[in-house]
Amino acid sequence: MSRQSVAKAHQKIQELSWEPAYHEPVSQYGTDYTFRKAQKKDPLKQVLRSYFPMQEEKDHRVYGASDGAIRGNMFRQVQERWLEWQKLFLSIIPLPEISAARAMPLLFRTVPNPELHNGQAIQMIDEVRHSTIQQNLKRLYMNNYIDPAGFNSSLRNFQSDYCGTIGRQFAEGFITGDAITAASIYLTIVAETAFTNTLFVAMPAEAAANGDYLLPTVFHSVQSDESRHISNGYATLLMALADEDNHQLLARDLRYAWWNNHRVVDAAIGTFIEYGTKDRRKDRESYAEMWRRWIYDDYYRSYLVPLEKYGLEIPHDLIEESWNQIWNKGYVHEVAQFFATGWLANYWRIDPMTDKDFEWFEYKYPGWYDKYGAWWENYNRLSRPNGHKPIVFEDVDYEYPHRCWTCMVPCLVREDMVMAKVDGQWRTYCHEMCKWTDETAFRPTYQGRQTPNMGKLIGHREWETLYHGWNWADVVSDMGFVRDDGKTMVAQPHLDLDPDKMWTLDHLRKCPPLASPNVLLNEMTDDERTAFAARYVKGGPAGRPAPADA
Amino acid sequence: MTTTQDSPKFERSVPKPVFTDAEAGAKEFPDSTLRHYNYYKPQKRKQSHYEDVTVDVQPDPRHYLSQGWLYGFADGRGGYPLDWTALKAWGSDKPSPQRGPGTGGLMVKDWPATGWHEFRDPNEEWELTLYRYNSNVVRQVTQNVEAAKQSKAFEQWNPNWVRFVEHHVGAWMHVDHGLGLYLFANANRRAPTNMHNNAISVNSMHRIRAAQDLALYNLTLSEEIEGFDGSAHLQTWNNDPAWQGVRDVAEQLTAIDDWCEAIFAANVVFEPLVGELFRSQLVQQASPRNGDFVTPTVIGAAEYDFAERDLRYTTAMFELLTNDKEFADHNKAILTGWLGSWTEKALGAARKLQPLWSQPDAKPPRFEDGLDRVKNRFSGILGQLGLEAPKELAQ
Repeated sequence: MSRQSVAKAHQKIQELSWEPAYHEPVSQYGTDYTFRKAQKKDPLKQVLRSYFPMQEEKDHRVYGASDGAIRGNMFRQVQERWLEWQKLFLSIIPLPEISAARAMPLLFRTVPNPELHNGQAIQMIDEVRHSTIQQNLKRLYMNNYIDPAGFNSSLRNFQSDYCGTIGRQFAEGFITGDAITAASIYLTIVAETAFTNTLFVAMPAEAAANGDYLLPTVFHSVQSDESRHISNGYATLLMALADEDNHQLLARDLRYAWWNNHRVVDAAIGTFIEYGTKDRRKDRESYAEMWRRWIYDDYYRSYLVPLEKYGLEIPHDLIEESWNQIWNKGYVHEVAQFFATGWLANYWRIDPMTDKDFEWFEYKYPGWYDKYGAWWENYNRLSRPNGHKPIVFEDVDYEYPHRCWTCMVPCLVREDMVMAKVDGQWRTYCHEMCKWTDETAFRPTYQGRQTPNMGKLIGHREWETLYHGWNWADVVSDMGFVRDDGKTMVAQPHLDLDPDKMWTLDHLRKCPPLASPNVLLNEMTDDERTAFAARYVKGGPAGRPAPADA
Repeated sequence: MTTTQDSPKFERSVPKPVFTDAEAGAKEFPDSTLRHYNYYKPQKRKQSHYEDVTVDVQPDPRHYLSQGWLYGFADGRGGYPLDWTALKAWGSDKPSPQRGPGTGGLMVKDWPATGWHEFRDPNEEWELTLYRYNSNVVRQVTQNVEAAKQSKAFEQWNPNWVRFVEHHVGAWMHVDHGLGLYLFANANRRAPTNMHNNAISVNSMHRIRAAQDLALYNLTLSEEIEGFDGSAHLQTWNNDPAWQGVRDVAEQLTAIDDWCEAIFAANVVFEPLVGELFRSQLVQQASPRNGDFVTPTVIGAAEYDFAERDLRYTTAMFELLTNDKEFADHNKAILTGWLGSWTEKALGAARKLQPLWSQPDAKPPRFEDGLDRVKNRFSGILGQLGLEAPKELAQ
């Protein structure tokens, strides 16, 4: 179709929508936003007659590359360190994708603009594409990569694992609660517009550097759809801004969505990019540098700030604080260290860092070695079973952290941990902002205003609670993270596939039982709890317990 | 004598290929040959490609969701509540495992935990198939219309047929669009498994595509036929009494809260009794007699979507529920109630369309004959589902 005919065709399909004359469509989702003004045009201008062949052509390219990768023995050059982290990433990502498809109907009745619904329906089917194409990529890895364990049990694992659950909130945030908060602000305005840059552009580049050109093939194809979704979000945001009553809610939701995305996406993708790579060229960008480019400059300065003049209250303080967390407080390093500490509860193998890695980290993040070097040396020393226990039980100057009730990433920057009694339970939070999300934002009133449609944080948000008092061998068996000999663990703190070097349930049997920090916190007296908090915030960096005299 | 000197070599900074030997089969160790998804049981002997990319992507707290749903609506309910439909699959009444301190994950030992997870889309739709299929359709439709333009086929149409196409064929686009968006796309948030929701979302795209096919066909006709009124379909949809029954029912369909009722009423009742009556018994029959060989190719694409694909998954979905080992009777009773009420509405809408049969110069077979044919087909579909034809069918 020529450009002119696409425009004409798009104009024509606007005749399809109609106002109900006899019965209103069912209204199943609520919002506290109002849309009384400013009809926006469908920014996608997508007509299915050209859309389907375009997507089919994109598919041809993706599946052609997949075929080529297998014929060309790509897996002889793939870094295991990298592919192991894909066991986590590709277990998570198909769910947020499909949840984005499920989220679109939340907007049909709440955003009264039939022209936008066309774009939302196309986004829906795009998201079905993403979810299934990613499941297919994982299937290809499972069939062709040396170690299928963790890929083969992917969706069962993801739904039981504490890292998987951190990712799962990303998906559930799209489909519940206030329809605009969920499907527009959290999903399209922040997750898709800001953070898919690191997810689907920065990370694939790292994959290619590690010998995996299939991840970029699939994810760049996915990202080419995201630009359409970003337009959907932008149009809805402009409509919302036109009504001043919405400004307070927009400010609330932008703060929640920004902070949660930073906590979750930066934790995961930062770890994959920094600790999952073997490419230690000094001139390759670090995650912090990528973040500065893709999120700070491209999203914050180019997309968000210009919206300020339309009345959007931008969370400048949180954007600077996120950068502060990444650059000054070592957020990504703290997370990677924790994932490696808890390797035994996972379903992928985590390669120890080497001198070459240390040198790169020190170059990119001056001072890194003094904080994290000794711990990673211990990780390497304790990686093969040799009469000792997994690192989490050994004396390596690391205190197992409490978990954040809101983002479910542990409270790793110890000085930022805050505590509150909410809904009758003592909870720890990784940062004042996560406490605000639970205590203030996800509530039926906000700053004195009724917000009856706002969602709720639910579920057993501290994973350790479920296994409080269990032997670790039973924990890992219960989750199913065991290989087909019935005893070798899927997870390993190294990449050696020699069965004699691999950890088994027998090794775990000798370890102390799992203790839930949250259960223990709630068993403390008030004085004990106050003393605990005072000591906890004096701990760190790198998980160091507070000095005895603190 | 001159000497040649190599100029200093500038080496670009690029990642270096490294031989890692990380391909399947390079070593033997526990799990090294376990190369299939081991968390679900296939419908047939082997796991299909479709199942691999679809099953269990949408979690269920009755399976492996040890920490439960994490975000809820204002009433505290998260995920995909089973009571978003009145129908039940075996295991529906079994509560989700009550997890808490020290309970462990309480994962199900037997998979699946409920009968809902037994559903498989017989069309095995996932992204590869849906884009292939729909691309073929839009290419074929575009080529058909283009060929008709080249051969001046529209010049053969008599004026009455031009009016018929601009008003009535055009009016159907609104049904496709309304149901595609507000019934089918809407329902893709409601069902408890990924298999259901993916099939429903593909159904939604068929309808939205079919609506656009008609709209763009209408645009071409406006450009090709002098005096063709490209906006007449709006007038017909909004004001023509013959169409107000269809519109009333289409709107009622979008107003259904129960997602199973919505799919059932649309695909088991409305489409066979109204959609196929209009497409197959009227437009497809009347077009050739009035010199039109193009419209049937556009309408026929939508007919194939429904008859060969959308009805196929719908039948498989409801067959499971009417044969459910625990709730077959419960489901049949509810479906029978829905049948009575929607059959009456659909037949009412169908009858209001009757004046259309007399409008073309060359008449299609009689309305009553067409209605008998769709009623027979409808009874056959119900028979496949183990449901009795409702008394309302005798109207």
